[in-house]
Amino acid sequence: MIASHWPALQVALPLLVAPMVMLLRGATLPWLAALVTSFMAFAIAISMASTVLEGEVIVYAVGSWPAPVGIELRIDELSALLLLIVTGASSTTLLAARNSLTAELEPERHMLFYAAWLLALSGMLGILVAGDAFNIFVFMEIASLASYVLISAGSDRRALPSVFKYLIMGTIGATFYLIGVGLIYMMTGTLNLADMESRLAEVEELKPIMVAAGFITVGLALKAALFPLHAWLPNCYTYAPHIATAFLAACSTKIALYVLLRFDFVVFQGNLIGHDVQFSGFLMPLALIAILVASGVALFETNLKRLLAYSSIAQLGYIWLGASFVSKAGLTASVVHMFNHALAKGTLFIAVACLGLRFASLTLQDLKGAARFMPWTMAAFVLAGMSLVGVPGTAGFISKWYLISAALEQGYQGVVVIAVILISSLMAVAYLWRVVEAAYFGEALTSSSSTTAEKMSEAPPLMLAVVWVAALANVYFGLDSTVPLALSEQAATALMEHLR
Amino acid sequence: MIMETQLLWMLALPLLGAVAIGFAGQSHPNIREAITLLTSVSLALLVWSLFPEVLGGARPEAHLVSILPGISLQFKIEPLGMLFAALASLLWIVNSIYSIGYMRGNNEHHQTRFYICFAVAIFGVMGVAMAENLLTLFVFYEVLTLSTYPLVSHKGDAKSVASARVYLGILLATSMGLFLPAIIWTYAVTGTLAFTAGGILEGNIAGPAIGLLLALFVFGTGKAALMPVHRWLPAAMVAPTPVSALLHAVAVVKAGVFTITKIVVYIFGIDFLAASPSGGWLVYAAVFTIVTASFIAMRQTNLKRLLAYSTIAQLSYVILAAALLMPLSLMAAALHMVAHAFGKITLFFAAGSIYTASKKTELAQLHGIGRRMPWTMGAFTIGALSMIGIPPTAGFISKWYLLTGSFQAENYIAMAAIVVSTLLNAAYFLPIVYSAWFKAETEAPTIDHREAPLAIVIALSITALLTVMFFWINQPALDLAAQMVGVK
Amino acid sequence: MEWLGLYNYWVFAVVLMMGFYTVIAKGNLIKKLLGLSIFQSAVFLLYITMDKVDGGTAPIIQEGVSDQIFSNPLPQVLILTAIVVGISTTALGLAIVVRIKETYDSIEEHEIQAKDNHR
Repeated sequence: MIASHWPALQVALPLLVAPMVMLLRGATLPWLAALVTSFMAFAIAISMASTVLEGEVIVYAVGSWPAPVGIELRIDELSALLLLIVTGASSTTLLAARNSLTAELEPERHMLFYAAWLLALSGMLGILVAGDAFNIFVFMEIASLASYVLISAGSDRRALPSVFKYLIMGTIGATFYLIGVGLIYMMTGTLNLADMESRLAEVEELKPIMVAAGFITVGLALKAALFPLHAWLPNCYTYAPHIATAFLAACSTKIALYVLLRFDFVVFQGNLIGHDVQFSGFLMPLALIAILVASGVALFETNLKRLLAYSSIAQLGYIWLGASFVSKAGLTASVVHMFNHALAKGTLFIAVACLGLRFASLTLQDLKGAARFMPWTMAAFVLAGMSLVGVPGTAGFISKWYLISAALEQGYQGVVVIAVILISSLMAVAYLWRVVEAAYFGEALTSSSSTTAEKMSEAPPLMLAVVWVAALANVYFGLDSTVPLALSEQAATALMEHLR
Repeated sequence: MIMETQLLWMLALPLLGAVAIGFAGQSHPNIREAITLLTSVSLALLVWSLFPEVLGGARPEAHLVSILPGISLQFKIEPLGMLFAALASLLWIVNSIYSIGYMRGNNEHHQTRFYICFAVAIFGVMGVAMAENLLTLFVFYEVLTLSTYPLVSHKGDAKSVASARVYLGILLATSMGLFLPAIIWTYAVTGTLAFTAGGILEGNIAGPAIGLLLALFVFGTGKAALMPVHRWLPAAMVAPTPVSALLHAVAVVKAGVFTITKIVVYIFGIDFLAASPSGGWLVYAAVFTIVTASFIAMRQTNLKRLLAYSTIAQLSYVILAAALLMPLSLMAAALHMVAHAFGKITLFFAAGSIYTASKKTELAQLHGIGRRMPWTMGAFTIGALSMIGIPPTAGFISKWYLLTGSFQAENYIAMAAIVVSTLLNAAYFLPIVYSAWFKAETEAPTIDHREAPLAIVIALSITALLTVMFFWINQPALDLAAQMVGVK
Repeated sequence: MEWLGLYNYWVFAVVLMMGFYTVIAKGNLIKKLLGLSIFQSAVFLLYITMDKVDGGTAPIIQEGVSDQIFSNPLPQVLILTAIVVGISTTALGLAIVVRIKETYDSIEEHEIQAKDNHR
């Protein structure tokens, strides 16, 4: 039965299609091929998620070699949810990609862009299904290298130095991770995560493991842009092609977080004494600072894309924060926020892509009066913005609710945390409101109004449809969050079971 | 079963109306306004048809979706909500008539956006009125906040955008910063958020925490404009007058005090709160607001700002009434919500009518205007009498119950505050009435005007009539209020 | 003198830091990439050194030889993959540097920054 091979196909499909896409010419064919592939991957992810929702963990032995000797693919609740996020985000953004990309990249190079996209997709999916540490490394690098290519396709020349910086920092992060894995392998002789956990229990000298934990945490924090290792992110998100930003902002940093959760909860927490205290003592302050500082920077940022990029850093802080509670409620909040943030930020960046079609520059100054030309786009932007803030009835509210509930369990420490969450929510209102005010109440610059006014019109129907589907998804998952919540709660329970 | 679907229709109607208004758009103003009127009339019919049922003891419920495990978007009509919904839906009709006259009379721009946002705001009000639990209430509370923002900033100039920013900032900051944590706290200790007769907090929380939670709730409900979170209300006065009239005299502010009353009665529970000394501060906060706001109102020179501060004081009557925790005072809270709504909407209508006809906004300009606009100033006089509490107007009824309630509670500070503020009300309303009727015009007006457009005059006459009628016909409202506190 | 016995790990650490220092301290993009390669090579050394078994030979099964001691083949295989990843990274990095040179006419970090600030 082919269904039993879903885990392998999930990764293999985009990986195999990618080189074929390079053979296609023009702007339409490569796009169609990438789109269909992505949707097929999405279908596979949905099918696997429904299996996992029933409480079954999918284990797939590559080449029928059982673990720990063979390579094992493993899909549990956490990876199932993230597979949904990644494939969903990729499919949705790809729908809007053709119109958006045509304005930024000459058609002869589109096939390269889509090939890189599929490689990035395949790499991310590979990380999520992989059950062993080294495969994660390889897929991580596939995803990263392809992402560098995607970003460097940006039409602004500043994309190049930005992506170079990202490449350096990303490689350092990956290498740190590799060192950590090497140290663990030295001590346990295995690369399989589940196997590591049980073998570590027999290791007496834990110092190398501590060092490994440090390397892995810092390396992945670099990849996930945890404050203060976030320096690469704002420029990359700003100068990448709009649609690539939408895709990467929705998923790429969350993948690194996912790997970190896996390592910390599955491998380390149960075996290193006091690791939970170190983990939260290290992460919680960083997350809180990230939330406040990044929101503060966003308050004064004048470029829309960079503003949203800083907002992403703050929102990632929420995800880290939830994890740093080391409690079931906190992890649930963290995981469900991965989903909800992907939804909200993805929508916002697709809306930005729509704006990008009509506005050469995306500074707030230039976007004045945008709502008059593009009322539908801006309405979707506002809706997604509300989700980002956490207005009830939108997806963001669900995560905020769980995060505050989890913080309440933390006693006095929790009060500080709640205060930070609330202050940053208000900051989010403020920085998004600057965009809304500019777009709705700003007078359009008059200098060239006669010529631009004719050109100004709504985004193409397909892009509008995509942005609205995404915006309404924010509302839908705010009202009925059964599926992401069920997966998150099961994932949190599963992760917490490793604690002893 | 019919009543359940009726509940959902009460929510759906304003939304459908908003969509239809959007489609009619700027190009078909007559159709657009016909739709507004049609929607408001059918909504009122729908709401009022439930009135006798609820009076007869029915408590229809409707379940929409479950947001979080154990907490749903759920609706249930209880007496106070019925009263609120009936009030808002009735005044929406009158206000729609008024809006048509006002918006056309002043050639306002973006009229379609105006009507759409208005309908969405009414949707929010219906949701608040019918909410079965705190979370549902909170959702619609925020819908109301966000949908009124474009109305407040309607003019679009720098001043109104800045004021609207204050408006949104305070309302969102208090609701997200205080109200939401209070809700989550409540949920964390009780495991439920349903409005339950007798409250849900008893036995789950004790000591100073009660006072703290109450503070989070009361100040979190920024719409109730208890000092010091009242600043948004004067700021919101930059909005077109119909907005100030329906939303900032009736719907939005009443949603605030309605929320507080419901929380006091159904979340804390009257007996539980009465037995907790740490919750007693609320009476004094309300007294302070009543007296201070009245003093500030005396010093205003702009008519709408004066009305705004008067509203702040009047809202705190409701909070005071709820905080006294006596059956009679709670009935006063419910009655005053209605009485103040009728009176204050009349006053705002009159202010807008004066502006439409003569472009006058300052008190000093109003000398002798009664002779030019007798209908408007007649209605204004009735509204002012109601604010002071002179019979035969609606204000007298609620003030009567409030005083009786404070006797029952033996709270002499509250009593004194009511007396003092009544005097202050008289001191700032009567001079306006006097000079409008009896003083000569100081300068000839730039426009030689008579009455405002007919639609405006009709609307304010209706509300003035309602203000007087409520003095005579208030039994249904009394019965509903009595049902809420459990006195048959 | 136990720490001297672990000289291979010292080599790993020193090479690692050399690479790391180059990445951070040098402003020339090519030199940065060179540093990155050195940095990665250090990790290759770490993996290779851990598979060494005293007296072990290459892990090739020969007929007739039974009690042979092998080095652990797995890290070697792993590092073969890692080398491929490293080469791809370097190649991509160099490609980006070429593009930077084309658009900015410089591969010095501070010059590139200055050019962007001027606009």
